[in-house]
Amino acid sequence: MTLAHLPALVVVVPLLAAPLVVLVRRAAAAWAIATAACAFSFAAAILLSAEVAAHGPMSYHLGNWPPPWGIEYRVDALSAFVLVLVSGIGTASALYAWRSAAAELSRDQLYLYYVMHCLCVAGLLGMTVTGDAFNLFVFMEIASLSSYVLIALGRDRRALLAAYQYLILGTIGATFYVIGVGLLYLATGTLNIADLAERLPQTASTRAVLAALAFITVGVSLKLALFPLHFWLPNAYAYAPSAVTALLAATATKVSVYVLLRFYFGVFGLRLVTETLPMAEILLVLSLIAIVTASLVALWQENLKRLFAYSSVAQIGYITLGVSMASPDGLTAAVVHLFNHGITKGALFLLLGGVALRAGGATMGSVQGLGRRMPLTSLAIVIAGLSLIGVPGTAGFVSKWYLVLGAIEAGRWWLAGFVVATSLIAVAYVWRFVEAAYLSEPGPATPGRGEAPAAMLAPALALAAACVFFGLQTSWTVGSARRAAELLLGGVP
Amino acid sequence: MSAAGLIAASLLVPAAGAAGIALAGRWPNLRESVTLVTAVTLLGCVLGLLPSVLDGGRPQLFVLEMLPGIALGFRVEPLGMLFALVASGLWIVNSVYSIGYMRGNDEEHQTRFYVCFALALAATMGIAFSANLLTLFLFYEMLTLVTWPLVTHHGDAEARAGGRTYLGVLLGTSILLLLPAMIATWSVAGTLEFLPGGLLRDAGLSNAALGGLLALYMFGIGKAALMPVHRWLPAAMVAPTPVSALLHAVAVVKAGVFTVVKVIVYVFGVETLAEVRAADWLPVVAGFTILAASVVALRSNNLKRRLAYSTVSQLSYVVLAAAVLVPISIAAAAFHIAAHALGKITLFFAAGAIYTAAHKTEVSQLDGIGRRMPWTMAAFTVGALSLIGIPPCVGFVSKWLMLQGVFAAELWSVAGVLLASTVLNAAYFLPIVYVAFFKAPNGELHGEAPLPMVIALTATAVGTVALFFLPELPLALARSVAGL
Amino acid sequence: MSAFGHYSYWITVLLMVAGLYIVIARGNLIKKLVGLSIFQTSVYLLYIAPGKLIGGTAPIIADGFRLYTNPLPHVLILTAIVVGVATLALGLAIAVRIREAYGSIEEDEILAADRDSGGGA
Repeated sequence: MTLAHLPALVVVVPLLAAPLVVLVRRAAAAWAIATAACAFSFAAAILLSAEVAAHGPMSYHLGNWPPPWGIEYRVDALSAFVLVLVSGIGTASALYAWRSAAAELSRDQLYLYYVMHCLCVAGLLGMTVTGDAFNLFVFMEIASLSSYVLIALGRDRRALLAAYQYLILGTIGATFYVIGVGLLYLATGTLNIADLAERLPQTASTRAVLAALAFITVGVSLKLALFPLHFWLPNAYAYAPSAVTALLAATATKVSVYVLLRFYFGVFGLRLVTETLPMAEILLVLSLIAIVTASLVALWQENLKRLFAYSSVAQIGYITLGVSMASPDGLTAAVVHLFNHGITKGALFLLLGGVALRAGGATMGSVQGLGRRMPLTSLAIVIAGLSLIGVPGTAGFVSKWYLVLGAIEAGRWWLAGFVVATSLIAVAYVWRFVEAAYLSEPGPATPGRGEAPAAMLAPALALAAACVFFGLQTSWTVGSARRAAELLLGGVP
Repeated sequence: MSAAGLIAASLLVPAAGAAGIALAGRWPNLRESVTLVTAVTLLGCVLGLLPSVLDGGRPQLFVLEMLPGIALGFRVEPLGMLFALVASGLWIVNSVYSIGYMRGNDEEHQTRFYVCFALALAATMGIAFSANLLTLFLFYEMLTLVTWPLVTHHGDAEARAGGRTYLGVLLGTSILLLLPAMIATWSVAGTLEFLPGGLLRDAGLSNAALGGLLALYMFGIGKAALMPVHRWLPAAMVAPTPVSALLHAVAVVKAGVFTVVKVIVYVFGVETLAEVRAADWLPVVAGFTILAASVVALRSNNLKRRLAYSTVSQLSYVVLAAAVLVPISIAAAAFHIAAHALGKITLFFAAGAIYTAAHKTEVSQLDGIGRRMPWTMAAFTVGALSLIGIPPCVGFVSKWLMLQGVFAAELWSVAGVLLASTVLNAAYFLPIVYVAFFKAPNGELHGEAPLPMVIALTATAVGTVALFFLPELPLALARSVAGL
Repeated sequence: MSAFGHYSYWITVLLMVAGLYIVIARGNLIKKLVGLSIFQTSVYLLYIAPGKLIGGTAPIIADGFRLYTNPLPHVLILTAIVVGVATLALGLAIAVRIREAYGSIEEDEILAADRDSGGGA
C-alpha cells in the first residue's frame, strides 16, 4: 500500500466496509469495522493533506484510464482539507455511536446503522476527492440515500416525515445538479472537471453553459441549505439520532459548499460567475437574509437541536457570504469557516446528544441548572457556543476575522458591520443556554447528577477542545484555506 | 527564573490557582489558603519582572501563531508593569477582604466565586503583558466572560438583568467596534504589535480616517466606560462587593483605560495624534463624561451606585489626561490608573463593610455610622480625600501631574473641567463623611465588620497615604511610559 | 431549424415541469414519489437523446462501422436509473413506515396529527 493509492483508498475502504458490516451483522463487530474504516480514512486524509502541502496536487487514475476518458481522483489543498474534516467527524461520530446509537435504536437494526454510516462517509469523501462531474453525482446520491435512512432511524415519528421531505428535496437538488452537468457535457463533450474548465471558454453555446450554471447553483444550494432552500434542514437535524445529526451538520452541507466552490471557481470561472451572471450579488443577498432570519428564528426555539439547526442555516450564510466576496480573504474565510463551523457544530450536537440521552430530550427545560448536573458537558457546550459566536481564542473567531478583513479590504464597511452585528444574535441564543444552565435551579426535566457515558463524552470533548485549539493554533487551518483560496482564484484546479 | 518564565508564570499561576481552588472546593479553609498563596505567588512573579523593566528592559515571550503574522505574544513594558503590579498587589488585600465578606454574608457558590476571581486575574495579567492588539483583545474578551459569573453571582432576576447589560455592553462594543477597528488597523498597517511611536505612524491614513478609527477604538473599549457606553458599570453593582472592589474599581475598568492609553500611545502614537489633531473630540467626550457622571453620582442615594458613577467619572480622567497628548499628561494618565485604584478599592471595601456589619446600602442611612465603625469610616474618608485630590493622599499627585500637562498643552477648558469636577467630587463625598461622623447614630447597635475586612480596608487606606509620600516607583514607571 | 426540430427537448422539458409540478402540488406521499420519478426520467431523456445519431451504429471499431453513437450517455444513464430506482424504493419504504406511524399518507393529515400531539419535542 503506497501513498500513491491513498486517494482511492480513502474512499474505497469505508465503501467496502459497508458490505462487510452487512455480512458480520453483530453489532459490536459492525461498530469496530465502521470505526476502523473511518479512522483509516482519517489517517489517510491527514497523510494526503501533508503530502499535498509538501508536493502539490495528486492525481489518481482509476483503473489506469487516463483522464479525461477515465475517472480521475484529485487531491489538492482544498479537497485534502475537506477530506480531513469529513473523515475526522466521521470517526468521532462512529466512536460516539457505540453508546448513542445503541441507546436510540433496536439491537437488530444496529449493524444496518453502521452500514449507512460507512456509506454516508464514503459518499461524502468520494464527492470531495473525485475529479469527475458525473462521478460526483453518484457519490452525492450514495451520501444522500444513506443520510435519508440515517435520519429516518430517529426515535420520534417525525423523523420519518423529515427524512421523506429531505428525500424529495435532496433528490430534486441532485437531479438539478445532474441536469446542469448534462448541459455542460452537451456543450463540451467532457465530464472531467479540470477538462471542463479548459474547454468551457472555447465553447460556442454560452446559453447552455449559463443554464448549466443556474441548474448547478440551485441543485447544490438545495443540498447546502442556502436560504430559501433550507426548509428540509431543521426537522432533519432535530429528529435524527444524535450521532447522525452531528455527522450531517458537520459534514454534509460543508461538502456541498465544497462542490459549489469547485464549480464556481474551478469550472465556470470567476468571470462567468461574477460578471456574466450576477451570482456574487445573488449569493450575497441570500446569505445576508439567511444570516438574519435564521439567527432570529433560532432565538425563539425551545428544542436545542432545532435551535442549533437554525443556527447552522445562519452559519452557512456566513460561508456563502465569504464565497460571494470572491476575493482571497473572502474565500479563505469561507473555506476556514467550513472547517471551523464543522467542528463547532459537530461538538455541539454530540454534546446535546449526551444531554438528550440523560434527559430524554434536549430542550430549554431539560438544561435548567445543567451546570451543576452535567458540569463537563455544560462547560463544553459553552465553549463550543463561544466558538459559534466567534469569541477570540476559539475557531469561530478565525473565520470571523477573515470575513471582516475581506469586507474591509473590499471597502465594504457596511458588510463588516453586518457580520459583527449579526454575531451578537448568536450571543443572545447561546446565552439563553448559559442562563438556563447556570443561573436557573434544576427543574423536573433536568437529568440527575452524572455525565453522559465516557464513549460519548470523549469524542464530544475532543471536538470542543479542537474548537479552542484551532482558535489559537491556526497555521494549518488558515494555511490550508489560504492555499485553497489561491488555488480557486488561480483558475484551473 | 528567566524573564520569559516569569511572564508565563504570571499567567499560569492564577490559572493553576483556579484549578486548585476548584479541587479544594469542599474544604473552605484550604480553598482560601490556595487563593492567598496564589495571590502572593503572583505578586512575586510580577515583582520578579520589575527590576529589568525599570532598567529599560522589555522582557518578552511569544507562544504560538494565532493568525498568520500575528503571534500570541507578551512583552512587559512600564505601563503594563504598573497595571500588573496594581492588580496583583490589590488581589492579595482583596482576597483577605473577600474571606471576611463571603463568610460574613453566608454567600453561596463560594468556590465558583474564587475560581472565577483567579481566572479574572489571569486574564488581567494577559491584558497587562500583551505584546500586540490581538493578544490584548483575546484576554480582554476572556475577562468579560469570566467576570460574568461574578456579576450574576446571586442568580436572581436583578442579577440576570445586570448580567445581561454587563455582557451586552461589553461584548457588544468590543465585537461591534473594537474588532473592526483592529482588523482595519491590520489591513492598513500589516501589523498589530505595540510599537513605541505608534504602529499607524507610517500607514498614511487621512486625518478623517484616523479620527474615525480612534472613535471606533475609544467607544469599542467599553471597559473604559466613556459615555454613552458606561451603562454596564452601574449594572455590575449587583455583584458582591469584593467583585465591585477589585474588578469594577481595579481590574476590569483599569483594563479599559489601560487599553485606551495603550492604543493612544502605541497604536496611534501621541505625536501623530497631536500633529493631525484627530483626537480633538476626545477631551470633549471625556470631559462630558466626567461632569455628567459626577452629577449622576451626586444624585444617587445608593452608596455602591454613587461609587460606580464616581468610577465612570474617574476613568474619564485617565482618558482625558491621555487625550491632552503631551508627555507629562500621559504620565498622569498612567499614574492615575494606580492612584484611583487604591482610593476606589478603599471606598468599596468600606461600602461592603457597612453592608456586612449594618446591612445598610443607602447614603441616607449612614447617619452617625462613623461612631460605630470608626476604622471603616476613617478609611472611607481617606479614600474620598484621595479621589477629590487633597493631600496627603495619592490622588493629589495624579491631579497635580494632570494640571501640569494641561498647562503644557495650554488647554484651559480642560483645566476648567478638572476644577469643576473636583468641586463635584467633594460635593458627593464629603456629605457622607459629615453625616457619618457628626450626626447622631440611629437604629440597631453594631460594631465593625469582620476582622479580615477591617484589616484589608485599613491596608489600602494606609497605602493611599503612603503613596503620596513615596510615589517614586509608580511615578518612575509612569514617566517611562511617556518617555520622560 | 424549426422550433420543433429538437422535439426531444420539448418532451424532456414537458416531463421535467410536469414531474416537478406533481411533487409540489400533490399532498399524497406516493403521488409525490411518482412525480419525482417522472422528473428524473426527463433527465434520462436529456442525456440519451443527444447521444443518438440517426443512422449510427453501436460503437465498434472495425470496417463498415463508420458512424457510431456515443455510448457514454447510455452508460451514465444506466447509473442514473439505478440511483433513481434506489431513491424510489427508499421513498416508498419511508412512506410505508409513515403509514404505520401516522395511519395516513396524506401530508396535511400527517402534519395535523403532529400538531395535535403537541408541537415542540
